[in-house]
Amino acid sequence: MSWSKEQMADQVVKLFTPGSSVNLGIGMPTMVASRITPEMDIMIHSENGVLGVKGRPAKDEVSPTLINAGKETISIKPGASFFDSALSFGMIRGGHIDFCVLGGMEVDAKGNLANWMVPGKKVTGMGGAMDLVNGAKQVIIMMSHADKEGNVKLVEQCTLPLTGVGVVDLVVTERGVFKPNGKGFDTLVSAG
Amino acid sequence: MKKVCKDANEALSGFKSGMTLMSGGFGLCGIAENCIDALEQLPVKDLTVISNNIGNSGRGLVKILVQKKIKKAYCSYVGGNPDLEKQMMNNEIEVELVPQGTFSERIRAAGMGIRGFYTPTGYGTLIAEGKEVKNFDKPCILELPLHADYAIIKAQKGDKYGNLWFKETAKNFSPLMAMAAKVTIAEVEELVELGDIPAEDVHVPGLFVQHIFQGKNYKNDIEFLKIDGEDA
Repeated sequence: MSWSKEQMADQVVKLFTPGSSVNLGIGMPTMVASRITPEMDIMIHSENGVLGVKGRPAKDEVSPTLINAGKETISIKPGASFFDSALSFGMIRGGHIDFCVLGGMEVDAKGNLANWMVPGKKVTGMGGAMDLVNGAKQVIIMMSHADKEGNVKLVEQCTLPLTGVGVVDLVVTERGVFKPNGKGFDTLVSAG
Repeated sequence: MKKVCKDANEALSGFKSGMTLMSGGFGLCGIAENCIDALEQLPVKDLTVISNNIGNSGRGLVKILVQKKIKKAYCSYVGGNPDLEKQMMNNEIEVELVPQGTFSERIRAAGMGIRGFYTPTGYGTLIAEGKEVKNFDKPCILELPLHADYAIIKAQKGDKYGNLWFKETAKNFSPLMAMAAKVTIAEVEELVELGDIPAEDVHVPGLFVQHIFQGKNYKNDIEFLKIDGEDA
């Protein structure tokens, strides 16, 4: 048994406390937004300078200056606010954001995360990831359990360049919810 | 001091080869389109450019990147910019990747007169190599300010004193860069009368702006158009 991406997103949403502030990374974590219900009263933060993302805009609401950190058009909900990048990262680095959900290439038993470069092959840059993992109160990694070659991405020790040291609280993959324990991973929820 | 210029060329008349340039915008959102087009025509080289993405998808600063006018770049994210990735892989450009929050804070620090600050961001990673480490509640690394000769930024509205007002998420790095550069050029969609931007709504006080002009022919490109109820 393994979870669909929607089911993985639902597992992530279950970890959020009502009324909390959440930053969602680029890629798979972006879809978590569509699984959050209005009753949960979650404020979604995007580091390019908005707190209170609602979702995708209606056709007549589209604005080129209203985007998320993935450069996608968005809409906002009542109570939202806009700010510059320093204030936005002050929210993150100052410990005011409750949860961040990021993608990952490797997570190891000590809670180290690698997700920004593969030496000699691929450099995307870290964007806000290094700030988020050191600043958000809880760091959740949402990723596929294995890479395209079938190598499991939950490892004993990361081999790729790190994004942060001892920063990961939980990992959600299609196989379950896992917590690094120093020597390996505890399975908190199994997909089946 | 007369700040209002007729166009980007006049505003950039003092800009020279070898200078350090800050350029506002997140991806293509809020970029100084007229100034970038003018830089494409100017015979300058060996520039150091400080910009979050150095353009994207072949647009924005990519116009001067592909002309090989940039010697060194400071940025946080190059995904979505294949031209920059290619120049990096071929060692045709020196790139310092900076975590985005540290990037913002280094620019802010320059504008605020802060000589350095300690942050846990980047500790234990390649970013920390060669940097002083100090233990607070957790280990932190020393980061230094980022200054520039010129900043080019774009706002929705501005007045002749240089007061600026930005729309929605278009502020991003621009207010910080305005403080960090010796000369800040603001291009605006609407050049308005003094007082038209109420004092309490001014996002960047004109003190930080040296040149301002009414821009034209804005494309305001959207990188990823997503609409409610439509797939992909």
